[in-house]
Formats: sequence, C-alpha cells, structure tokens
Amino acid sequence: MSILYLVLPLALVIVGAAVVAFSWAARRGQFDDLETPALRMLHDDDDRAGTSRPAPPTGDSTP
Amino acid sequence: MGTSTSPSALAHVGAVRVEQVACSHCGLPVPEGFLEQGSATQFCCAGCRTAFAILRDHGLDQYYAFADRRTSPVRATGRTYEEFDHEAFSTLYVTRTAEGLARVELFLEGVHCASCVWLVERVPLLLPGVARAELNIARSLAAIEWDDGSVKLSAVARALESLGYPPHPYLGVRRDEVRRREDRTAIQRIGVAGAIAVNVMLAAIAMYAGWLSNGMESQYEQFFRWVSLGLTIPAIVFPGRVFFAGAWAALRTRALHLDLPIAIALSAGVVRGTINTITDSGPVYFDGVTVLIFLLLVGRYLQQRGQRAATDASELLYSLTPQGARVVDEAGAVRELPAAALLPGMILDVRAGDTIAADGVVTEGRSAVNLSLLTGESRPVTVEPGAAVWAGTLNISAPVRVRIDRAGEESRVAKLLRQVEESTRRRAPVVVLANRMAGWFVAVVLVLAVITYLVGARHDPSAALDNAIALLVVTCPCALAMATPLAVTVATGRAARRGLFIKGGDAIEALSRPGILLLDKTGTITEARVSLVRWDGPEWVKPLVLALEQESTHPLADGFRRAFAEFVPAPAVESSTHVTGGGIVGRVDGHDVVVGSPSFVSSRARVDTAATDAHAPDDSLSPVWVAVDGALVARAFLGDPVRADAKASIQALRAAGWSVRILSGDAPSVVRAVGRALGLTPEECQGGATPEEKLRVVESFKGTHRVVMVGDGVNDAAAIAAATVGIGVHGGAEASLATADIFLTTPGLAPLVELMQGAERTMRVIRRNIAFSLAYNVVGAWLAIAGLINPVAAAIMMPLSSLTVVLGSWYGSTFERTPISPNAAAPATAAAVASAS
Repeated sequence: MSILYLVLPLALVIVGAAVVAFSWAARRGQFDDLETPALRMLHDDDDRAGTSRPAPPTGDSTP
Repeated sequence: MGTSTSPSALAHVGAVRVEQVACSHCGLPVPEGFLEQGSATQFCCAGCRTAFAILRDHGLDQYYAFADRRTSPVRATGRTYEEFDHEAFSTLYVTRTAEGLARVELFLEGVHCASCVWLVERVPLLLPGVARAELNIARSLAAIEWDDGSVKLSAVARALESLGYPPHPYLGVRRDEVRRREDRTAIQRIGVAGAIAVNVMLAAIAMYAGWLSNGMESQYEQFFRWVSLGLTIPAIVFPGRVFFAGAWAALRTRALHLDLPIAIALSAGVVRGTINTITDSGPVYFDGVTVLIFLLLVGRYLQQRGQRAATDASELLYSLTPQGARVVDEAGAVRELPAAALLPGMILDVRAGDTIAADGVVTEGRSAVNLSLLTGESRPVTVEPGAAVWAGTLNISAPVRVRIDRAGEESRVAKLLRQVEESTRRRAPVVVLANRMAGWFVAVVLVLAVITYLVGARHDPSAALDNAIALLVVTCPCALAMATPLAVTVATGRAARRGLFIKGGDAIEALSRPGILLLDKTGTITEARVSLVRWDGPEWVKPLVLALEQESTHPLADGFRRAFAEFVPAPAVESSTHVTGGGIVGRVDGHDVVVGSPSFVSSRARVDTAATDAHAPDDSLSPVWVAVDGALVARAFLGDPVRADAKASIQALRAAGWSVRILSGDAPSVVRAVGRALGLTPEECQGGATPEEKLRVVESFKGTHRVVMVGDGVNDAAAIAAATVGIGVHGGAEASLATADIFLTTPGLAPLVELMQGAERTMRVIRRNIAFSLAYNVVGAWLAIAGLINPVAAAIMMPLSSLTVVLGSWYGSTFERTPISPNAAAPATAAAVASAS
C-alpha cells in the first residue's frame, strides 16, 4: 500500500494542472457566452461568398 | 408554414381571400397592395425585400433552411449611421484588438434565434474589411472586429440594418468589463473549490471505508488526514475567502449578516479538523468544509446570473434611446453627432419639438422652452439670445441655436438622472423585513449552536461539535435572504419583456394591494389627439370642409385633415378668412362655405329650429357646424377619443378594489363627460387641475392611503414623483420616465391591469418563499440539535433549500412569460426616435 505515497501526490499534480488549465480558460473568456456556441454548431462551414445554391427558398416545398 | 405562390392562389387574391400569401423573408402575411402577380417571391415590406436580395446575391440562401427564422418584418430606418464614424464615438465604444483591428460591441434590435446568429456572423462575407462578427444571442450584443482603414463602421451598421437588425451603441460597455471580470473570477473560484472538494471527498471516502471495515493502518489514515488538510487550506484561502470577507464586513458594521454563520461553521470545522489531524484522533471535517464552499459558490453564481438576466432586459432600453444631436460645423452645415461627442463651445441646431442635448446659452432665435423635466414647471419659458437652457428640456415653438457650456455627464439632467438611478436602488420594505428577519435568525441560530455544544459536550465533545456545526450549516439563511430579491428580480425582468418597466421592488409591493388610483386624462385615458368622433351630414360637404381646414393652424383642423384624408387633393379655395374664436369663412368650388362654432355659423347662415340643439352628444366633444350657400348642412363633433381598452380596464381595476379617480388639467366639464363614459361619478373626476394642484391632491391622499399616479409626463411629473407609486405611460415625456417608478411602453390602460395582477402574484411568490425557507430551517435545526444529521448532510441540505427558492421564484406565476426579444422595447424606441427626429 506504500504505493499510495507516490500515486496520491501524482494525482494531485494532475488535478493541479487541470485547475490551472481551467483558470487560464476562464481568464481568457472562454466561459463568457454559454448560449450562442450551441447554436453556432448548427451552421455549415462552406461559407465562401458567391457559392450560390440553386435551391429556391420556398419554406417547405409542398407543391 | 408554406409560401403559397402557386398561380391559382394568386388568382384568387383580391377577389376572395383563399389563402394568405406569406412573405418570402419573414413569413408574415403579405399586404394585398404589395402582391406582385406571377412573381415567385413575395415580400411584406421593402426591408424584407432588401434583406432577401442581399442574401440571394451573396449565396446565403441557406438562411432559409433554418427551421426557426425571424417572424417579424425587417424595420428599415434609413439612417446613415454617420455618427458611428466620429472620433467621440470611437473613444467611447471602440477598442483595439491585438491584431490592430478595431472592435466594438453593438446592441442589435430584432435578434431572437439561431438563424439570426448565422446571418449576423456572415457580415464579413458581405463587407470586405470586416474580420469578425460574433453575436451573443442571450444579450443581443454583436462584437464586430473590422479594419478601420478599409471599411467604415457606418457601412457595417447599414449592412446590419439592411439585414433587419438596426444596431445601437451599447452604453453598458464599461460596466460589462467589470461584470466580465467578476464572472471570470467567480468561475475560477467555483472551479478551484470544486476540484478541491472532489479530491478531499475521495480521501474522506477512503477513511470512512476504513472505519466501516476492520480499520485502516494508522499511518495511512494519518497520511489521508494531512493530505486533506493540505487541500483544505488553499480552498479556505482562495475560494472560501469570500465568506470570511463578508463576515468580517458584517462584524465591522455591527450587522448580523448571512456570511457570519457560514464563516463560523467553516472556521469551527477547519480548526477542529486541524486539531484532530495534529493529535491523530477523531474525525476531520475537511470534506464537509470544502463541499460547503463549493456548493455555496455555485448557488451564489446561479443567483447572480438569474438576477442579471432579469435586469438586462430593462437596461437595454437605455441603449435604445436616441443618442444623437444636430451640430453646426464651421462651414455652417448641420451634422448629426452622437450625444457623447458634444463638447463645450459647439453650436447646436435645435428644431422645434427637439429635446436640447446639452446645457448652454441661446445664440440665435426666440422660442418657448419647456423646463418641466428640471423644475417641474409645466408652463413654457420664453428664451431669447443670451438665455440659459439645459439638456433634457424641450424646445417647443421655433428653431434656436445653442452654444454648449456643459455636455454629457456634466449637464444638470445627467446629475438628475444619477439621482433617479440611485433612488431606484431603494429596497422594498419587504426586502428590509426579510433582512431584519435574517438578522434575528442569525442571532437565534448562534445562541442555539452554543447551547447545543455546551449541553452535548458533557457526554461527547466531538459529537456535540458535530451537531453544533451541522446546526450552523443547515440553518444558513441563504434561502431567506434570497427569497425576496430573487422573486422581485425575476418578476421585473419578465414584466420588462411585456413592456412594463419597473424600476424598484418597492413599487411591486405597493401595487400588490388596492389603493387610490389617480389617472391623468389626456394621453392616458384618451389618445391625446383630436379626432372626428361624429359627422351628421352628407358626403359631398366633406371635401369643402377639408379645403378650408387644409391651411388652418387650429387644433381642430388636424382632426378634419385626418378624418377626410381620402378626399385629398381637396378642391381649390378661391378665398378664405379666418375669424379668431369663431371659424373660417371661404369660397370653395363655387360655394360659399362657413365652418365654425355653432354660434358663429348661426350668425351667418339660416338654421332650422329643429337643428338648433347645439348640444354635442357628450360634453367632451366640440361641435363644429358647416353651412354651405347660407344653409346649415352638416354638424361635426370632434374630440379626444377615449382609448378602446379604457372602460374594461377601469372596471377590472375597480373590481379588484382600486378606487379610481381622474385628475386632469382639462376643463372640468370635459373631464366629467369622459368619466361618465367610463362609469365614474362626477365626484371621482377632477378637472382644471394645475400641476401644483395635482401635487396637492396626491399629497392630501397620501396621508391616509397608498396613492398611484398615472400620467404621461410633463404636467404630471411632480405628482408622479410624489405619489407612492408613479407610473409614466406610453409616449410620455422623458420627465415621466425620469420620475416614475414604473414606465409602460405599451399604449392603453390594459397594461395597468396586468401590472396590478402581476404585482399581487409576485407578492404571493415572495411570501411563499419566506414561509418555505423558515419551515425548512426549523426542521433542519431540530434535526441538527437532535444529532440526526452530520455536517456533510447539512452541507448538502443547505444549498438545496436555496435552490428551491430559486426554482420557486423562477417558476412562480408573476407576470406572463414572453420569449426574450428586444422587440418588446421597440414601441418605446419608435416613440423615442420619432420624438428625437
């Protein structure tokens, strides 16, 4: 069981690293807006200007 | 919903409404006049057409694939936004990024869903030179980063508007910075406290497991204890410091604050745990202590977030108020500048009807200025070159030029508004009551804790300490303290989205029980404009009357012009004479026409005796007779019509127990007539009241009752300020906005009913919250004294009680819930913009 003397401090070092990383992220403002990114993931990424889609905008296309 | 643009549907439009045609951009029905035969796309307004064209031209048709799109037409204001390019605007709102780009935060009207985010964030595709546009949907704030060498901010603003999101400079930028720092610190504290709590918990579980089985080797137990102690110290020093700071402040001000019992519980746990660690005996409380810190911090953070979300809505209204002024430059040209850019020495061009934007001295022109905002004086004051004028006062009759002496924060009105702002931080008596209760509560709990420890210490000191600590923790009166502010905050936020802006919690309390309700007439009960209420006469007379009234400056002429708009262009007037106090005599279209008061017309034309009952259908209307070629042919009755919802609203309020009275400056007979139409007795209708008289009436009732004064500003400002609760209604002057406790942006009296009902329901939620948290604490205290819960269970129970109050406030029925949409403030904006331009 004396392995505890090695493992526990090691675990604490890892926790410390996680805490430091979290603080850094918070200070950089990563948690400032928690709502919009959830909507942003819905957007497609092919946003090159001029790539016009032929699909005409007609709501739901029931003839 | 589908757009029905098939030819068959279009063929029926106009003849029979088979189906509404939906706008291709926003989906609202297209007005018939806008329908284009055979076109595949239909639009409800020019704004939507522009937005659609922009999207199509840039290959952004994908916007139409989003299930939830905007469902309001695009409102185009046609502004140039040139003031956005001014250096004063830059110093106020624009910051620099690390890459050397300019960055600004703009508040956008009309943002509400995922498609808005997508659209706004595509602005860089529309405008080369814009590097980034990011929208925070919760607050409708768009962060724009652009290269100010290649594109102007005004162009970005115009692009945003053409997409349907008119931008406004966001005034809370500086406060936002502070708030952001606070938020980031809070989140860091939570993160650190959480990580520590979890790890101490792991050590604690190991130790508990050891006690439950055949015991742990003491060297390992000792190791776990020291590790827990080592972890707890940073938790107390960094995240836990908040509570000790609060407790220390409470001790210094000799007030019993909520942080005090928390700090005592934490210290007791840590000290006892440390002693046990050093002496290698008994339990350590580190797990309970660290978990308590973590849970308390989370609870506080959530509470703060909830309160902010609620106050944001009403604060954004200030971002919507017009912030521009007209300045004469060296060349003599007039330019629009942001109000923030005004400097002493500049010359302002103030048109009639404009609000003066800064304190200064008149250099050109003579006019009458309304000083009511500053002095409460409702009678206009005549100004001429050399006279001093102040920001916020209304220029009434003629254009003037003003040299600025003091602008912005220095002006008298800014100081006044700061006072108003401070007075809005007043706390409802019930809030004070809850805090007083909390004070007693803390005292009782501390005494109980000491007794619990002393009584139990004779048998088992550590168990006694356990119980005392559990008692201190479980009875933490967080719930009690949060009950009122949270309920009030949620209610005001919800009310703000309904167009009811409540500035302080005490107003809610005062409105929750009926009292005396004083209503101003003009503009509050009535629409504050002259309309043709009744017309007894043939159609062919109307164009003749319009022709004569076209050029008249008399207030009644306005009513005719609006009512007969269909007859424009009116027939030519060959000659006309205005007789002051009588009417107009003229020759129109080959006829001799006389329009005027009954006596004036009677003296100039034959009047049948049958028609001589010159009485109007009711006293609030002014009769106007029309004679053509010497014979009376028509009688018109003009007046200020009562709002459609007035009668039902007043009946509802009286049914709820309010004593409703009219208090107006208009002629007593008119006021009585309006009152009669609304079912009020003559005693309940007071007319001819000067502003001073109104103030006196409010004061006289105030001795014995709660008085609510409702008015539209200028002549009511003093009375509104003096009343228990002052309410400024839609379209009112800034004076009422400044002095009122509540400001309604929805026209009519129906919002008043909603306000009273909402206030009553809010108080019910508050009382429920207080009762619940007291009951919870009594039960918890009893369990702790009896030794039935240990500190850890107490630490878990305590934040749960706060959580129930949070949920109770959030889900309690106060005001009707409406989805977050800045459009709630749009009517006010429109009015504000209209009054400014």
